[in-house]
Amino acid sequence: MITTDILIIGAGPTGLFAVFEAGLLKLKCHIIDALAQPGGQCSELYPKKPIYDIPGFPEVLAGDLVDNLMKQIEPFQPGFTLGERAESIEKLEDDSFIVTTNKGTKHHTKIVAIAGGLGSFEPRKPTIDGIEKYEDNGLAYMIKDPEDYRGKKVVIAGGGDSALDWSIFLANVASEVTLVHRREEFRGALDSVEKVEELVQQDKIRLITPAEILDVNGEGAVESVLLQHNDEAKRMEVIECDAFIPLFGLAPKLGPIADWGLEIEKNAIKVDNTLDYQTNIPGIYAIGDVNTYPGKLKLILCGFHEATLMCQSAYQRIFPNKRYVMKYTTVGGVDGFDGSRKEAEKAVVKKIGNKQDV
Amino acid sequence: MSDIKITIIDREGQRHEVDAPTDMNMNVMEVCKAYDLPVQAVCGGMAMCATCQCYIVSDHDLGERNDDEEAMLWEASFVKDNSRLGCQIPITEDLEGLVIELAPEE
Repeated sequence: MITTDILIIGAGPTGLFAVFEAGLLKLKCHIIDALAQPGGQCSELYPKKPIYDIPGFPEVLAGDLVDNLMKQIEPFQPGFTLGERAESIEKLEDDSFIVTTNKGTKHHTKIVAIAGGLGSFEPRKPTIDGIEKYEDNGLAYMIKDPEDYRGKKVVIAGGGDSALDWSIFLANVASEVTLVHRREEFRGALDSVEKVEELVQQDKIRLITPAEILDVNGEGAVESVLLQHNDEAKRMEVIECDAFIPLFGLAPKLGPIADWGLEIEKNAIKVDNTLDYQTNIPGIYAIGDVNTYPGKLKLILCGFHEATLMCQSAYQRIFPNKRYVMKYTTVGGVDGFDGSRKEAEKAVVKKIGNKQDV
Repeated sequence: MSDIKITIIDREGQRHEVDAPTDMNMNVMEVCKAYDLPVQAVCGGMAMCATCQCYIVSDHDLGERNDDEEAMLWEASFVKDNSRLGCQIPITEDLEGLVIELAPEE
């Protein structure tokens, strides 16, 4: 069991900065995130896009902002549970919580801070009726172990980098790779596009464009897909296969957090913005894009502010009898949990002697 | 510069005729949000989520889809020939009388 003072759900900029503010108060943090790397939207959706409204940064790439935040919080040694989604929460008699992920990892914490942004990123699924019954029976939305497809007939759908890259990789693993895309144009790294072109010439990938998969068939497992060519004849074709892998990118979903008994309004969690961004359940806070209150703005800079006030309130909740006054980092410096210390260079008081006669 | 009228048909078929300013650097998605119409705009206007997908009902010429928009619409659901992403359509005077219909939610 992982134990911590503040369990942060979501490793986006707001969640990461909360670690810093908590660290100044000597509170330890652990972060859960469904993605494999920290940074949330900034890393997953637009790492190369410049952001212009982070105070003090005239321009910063989203990916660089995340790198900087990771560096800033390093002295406070946050724990990470990455690639897992917070699934359920249980409140114990002493008002602490146990949060369990979809993979069964348990976290015992005094405070929960939901910094979940838009929610956890989940694969976008094609709209085909009854497709769910094939999930894990030949239908997959992401490839966990390419060896699962050794010697199999695979149909991949999609027009982005992951569809291209997996087609290339599986061309040497699977017995047959068919790549289907709605358009003739693909959008990906030039290398990948050229490589696919080469493999198509060598008959290692069968490319079908423009076309769309309309249906999946099979007894209990995928046995074939029904494809429609988007040409004038709208010709239909049945492709026999053992696996169908639609790679249509990721879409965020609020997910299981929506069932935690929190007050939800328009897909966001209602919080008390007059004080500390606490939810209707004491001890659970929501900060950043995931919360809502009158006048809410979904801005990174607002998330930073919310994280800061949340940590002060969390401190009071954990230590109700302690008196505490906020200290400026220019005055108090930063004491890392790793023993590091950052502080302003001290000015010296020293007499400067007059010019000596020789 | 002045306001134009555009009509947004919501997912229940209800028509909303709204004023859209041409001098505020706004797009169709933002106009929908400003009038509390049910557009989630998850990605905030970066052509990355398709929650602002709409169908162009009137015969206004909006030009070609841009690359980001095109790529997003490859992967979205319920895409038709007249599908566009509201966040990629700037409000200009040429759009006076535009009629759009919100695409179903994924």
